Amino acid sequence: MKRRWNFSVWAGFLLVVLGLVSYVTFFVRFPITRDFPWANLLLFFAGAVLLGKGLIRSFRQPELYRGKILGSILAAVSLAGIGFFAYGLFYLVRQLPSSAAAPRLGQKAPDFTLPDQNGKPVTLAELLASPSAGTAGARANGVLLIFYRGYW
Amino acid sequence: MRSFQQRLADFNTRAIRVVAISVDAPEVTRQHCQKLGFTYTFLSDPNAEVIRRYDLLHQGGGPKGADIARPAEFLIDSTGTIRWINLTDSVTVRARPEQVLKAYDDLKPAAPTGA
Repeated sequence: MKRRWNFSVWAGFLLVVLGLVSYVTFFVRFPITRDFPWANLLLFFAGAVLLGKGLIRSFRQPELYRGKILGSILAAVSLAGIGFFAYGLFYLVRQLPSSAAAPRLGQKAPDFTLPDQNGKPVTLAELLASPSAGTAGARANGVLLIFYRGYW
Repeated sequence: MRSFQQRLADFNTRAIRVVAISVDAPEVTRQHCQKLGFTYTFLSDPNAEVIRRYDLLHQGGGPKGADIARPAEFLIDSTGTIRWINLTDSVTVRARPEQVLKAYDDLKPAAPTGA
């Protein structure tokens, strides 16, 4: 008798792969799914359940279902992928310098002169003197400095 | 960065200047801003001099071990005084515009009006 294709092993594996690639390609765009990768963890969980279900039936009913060997390989690859994801998102992203000597609340912000995206040198004092890009006249009520990692 | 562009009007009505700083060259940033429609100011600190002055250098944090800035946000008032700081402990968790706007609105009564 021809054994049946073990659908659930493949579906589970595909969900895990989707969970792995969708963080960087999609979920990172929204703060709610970026700050904590719960959407990806859900995909991993659903994938693991399906993979587990498929594996169990391939071992319990090998005469009915395929996938003992391939299912085991896919499960191992999935586990490694999830481990890699967790290492990146729960460990690597937290390896930031402490910045203990960063300017503190109530201190004057150190002044600077840096070129803007058009190559024009800009000082902090000048930024404080105009409320929005290209607007002169009224003083700004404040400046928000956003330091970002770059390498765009 | 996108979220701050989306809420830029709220910063403009409060006359808060939004300024982003990284080690990227002006040319790279200019093209990126055009592509993504970012209209606020981006400053370039290729040698990380200002990033170092603010103690925000992440040594070897960039691709191929390049030195870059760690994510951080500072709200500076009209007198040049730092009124709010966000030093995240995770690259993925950044300040959201709503957080900064709320911080500003909460501070405002205490801020010197320059009378």
